[in-house]
Amino acid sequence: MRHLIDITDFTVEEIEAILDLGDEMIADPAAYKEALRGKILATLFFEPSTRTRLSFESAMLSLGGSVLGFSSADSSSTAKGESLMDTIRTVSCYSDIIAMRHPKEGAPMAGSLKSYVPIINAGDGGHNHPTQTLTDLMTIRRCKGRLGNMVVGMCGDLKFGRTVHSLIGAMSRYEGVEFVLISPPELKVPAYINDELKKKAIPFREVETMEEVMPELDVLYMTRVQKERFFNEADYIRLKDTYILDPEKLRTAKTDLSILHPLPRVNEISTRVDDDPRAVYFDQVRNGRFVRMALIKTLLDWRNEA
Amino acid sequence: MKVDSIHTGIVLDHIRAGRGMDVYRYLHLDELDCPVAYMRNVRSEAMGRKDIIKIDANINVDLDVLGYLDPGITVNIIVDGQLVEKKKLSLPEKLTNVITCKNPRCITTVEGALDQVFLLKDRARGVYRCMFCDAERKSKALR
Repeated sequence: MRHLIDITDFTVEEIEAILDLGDEMIADPAAYKEALRGKILATLFFEPSTRTRLSFESAMLSLGGSVLGFSSADSSSTAKGESLMDTIRTVSCYSDIIAMRHPKEGAPMAGSLKSYVPIINAGDGGHNHPTQTLTDLMTIRRCKGRLGNMVVGMCGDLKFGRTVHSLIGAMSRYEGVEFVLISPPELKVPAYINDELKKKAIPFREVETMEEVMPELDVLYMTRVQKERFFNEADYIRLKDTYILDPEKLRTAKTDLSILHPLPRVNEISTRVDDDPRAVYFDQVRNGRFVRMALIKTLLDWRNEA
Repeated sequence: MKVDSIHTGIVLDHIRAGRGMDVYRYLHLDELDCPVAYMRNVRSEAMGRKDIIKIDANINVDLDVLGYLDPGITVNIIVDGQLVEKKKLSLPEKLTNVITCKNPRCITTVEGALDQVFLLKDRARGVYRCMFCDAERKSKALR
């Protein structure tokens, strides 16, 4: 049985097929409105989320399926002390597929060891967020028409930013991608990602200001400094406003730059950028629903074929 | 100093000097009720000094643990006073319940029923990663 725990669980070809299906669903959503009639998605959110949970639920409902689940650990048996493994075993008896978010890193992988149905990682701590990555890949491909041969800037919290980790892992597999990692020294990417890039001989640079690299970028991926990832609030306050993208900083950018953000945004992108045609972060939100539709359908199709 | 030869058992040779107690602890040799001899700083032509552990019983030694601690250790199996097998070690591809994840955000810190599983990611540098959270640990021998 296939799960999606880490974006690299899927081959490049499998990802392309999911993105193709997502594009078809955008073009003709009515053709898929009964595709999963009678199927149930469980959304197990042990950590609060609005966008991702609603996106999964919207995706399943758009395919004619049903949804059950909880939106915080307080409203599940976890509050009574039930282990994650027991919760997963139980819920996998009630559903056909599970999307789970958990504050602990590796929780979806642990869940997949005991689940009777496919598990989708909807975010595990500061570790991975592969469905956001599918959303990002779909958005980049729809903007650029390709996923290789480009300079990708990642800006903000690259240490705890799970969307960044997953996106680097995914885009590392395409030819001609160069990364520019823009962060304060305290929020650089973890050593294991650095090592992977070096091992695969993928060009990357670490810099501390976005201004110095802006003219080179084809994609600028902005991230929020996440309060919930810090043990020490003083560190959060010191770092939270390090990078703010505004129209002045964009003056030197390419005309076909694509600005992405996994959202929610706090103040790292000025609202004055929202109407710039290069800002595609709200397109990302829409794409997220369709690519999750494609993912859910693909995982269930694979399971039926197995 | 003289330590008697063993009749049937295991000799762990070529342990890096001073690391024998790590081996003793990781293999839980303190739980055995047979004679165990730990010799420290023994002269060695190849290593200068080395540690040796002699176990006077044919127990099952966890070779994965030994390989992780130091792949240079030699495991000699003695039966009826004769050396019957000499095992060479290497870094194992997978470690299960040998080391624990130090990442406070890892799921293994709260789910007691989970095995602690580490996978070898870089043999040359002896780097292992937690199967769940990707946190890194390095082989003790290569630090």
